[in-house]
Amino acid sequence: MSAPIEHEHHVVGPKTYLLILGALLVLTATTTGAAFINMGVFSPIVALGIACFKAVLVILFFMHVRYSSRVTMLTVGAGFFTFLVLITMTLCDYISRSWGLW
Amino acid sequence: MEPEAHGPELVHQFSDVQQQKNAASLGMWLFLVTEIMFFGGMFCAYLIYRLEYFNAFAAGSQQLSIKMGAINTAVLIISSVTVVLGVKAAEAGKRKLLVGYLVVTVLLGLTFLVVKGFEYREKFEKHHVPGATFSFTDKFDDNGKQYAVNSKEAELFFSLYFVMTGMHALHMIIGIAILGYMIFRARAGAYTAGHVTFVENFGLYWHFVDIVWIFLFPLLYLISRHPLK
Repeated sequence: MSAPIEHEHHVVGPKTYLLILGALLVLTATTTGAAFINMGVFSPIVALGIACFKAVLVILFFMHVRYSSRVTMLTVGAGFFTFLVLITMTLCDYISRSWGLW
Repeated sequence: MEPEAHGPELVHQFSDVQQQKNAASLGMWLFLVTEIMFFGGMFCAYLIYRLEYFNAFAAGSQQLSIKMGAINTAVLIISSVTVVLGVKAAEAGKRKLLVGYLVVTVLLGLTFLVVKGFEYREKFEKHHVPGATFSFTDKFDDNGKQYAVNSKEAELFFSLYFVMTGMHALHMIIGIAILGYMIFRARAGAYTAGHVTFVENFGLYWHFVDIVWIFLFPLLYLISRHPLK
């Protein structure tokens, strides 16, 4: 099969990169500042939520997954999904074994 | 087979340059997925022991410098941008610009390692490095209330701290070595003649190392400042 995959080489402008850089730096400042505020249960949730958002920005724009072939998108998605399954199931097991002790 | 107009970089098993590029990028991503699992195992161990020995882990985490961690996060993020701009320069065939971005990336990578070195030095001075001389007398600060912690449990925190940041730093050192090689090749015009796959795939590696730090920073430095209890 020699049908070319319909994606002309997408050239991302430096403007996009600088915009993402700005967003990442603002998010870093936000998460750092948030660490000094007592949000109880939400402290780790906010910190890791911001980290996930930053990682997604890096993956989509810097690692060009947004402009990649479908098979690359699927590979990246499957990789992170599998990792999420592994860590969720392991932690569910540990949390439920020492219920209330954490 | 109709011979196509292309550079000498196209190897015979691919029908065109785009297919070859996609294959290279897919292969790099498969490697990075194994890296997700490699670092993921350590993240998982850290989270499990943090559940088990929460007070000691929070006390250990409170000894880390948020300022240094945040500075290093910013340094790595900026170095990611210099890498993507480098890839762009390579695609545009701008040799000098590419070399410039690669050099700046090396400097940012070294900055990260120097800051990390200062953090490690402080750990050595305070005897927070796991081993025969380890000692941990700091208290767990639970929103103002102080609790003594088991130093063996704190040692576990610092073992994981050194393994995780150490493995990350090792990836940085390998990255800087590859950058050195790339600068050497780029000066000779290797990546600015239309074949930028090596630079692109290095970019993927460097961004991945950045992402690992994006998660290490909150896990080690931030999430235990205001304990849940």
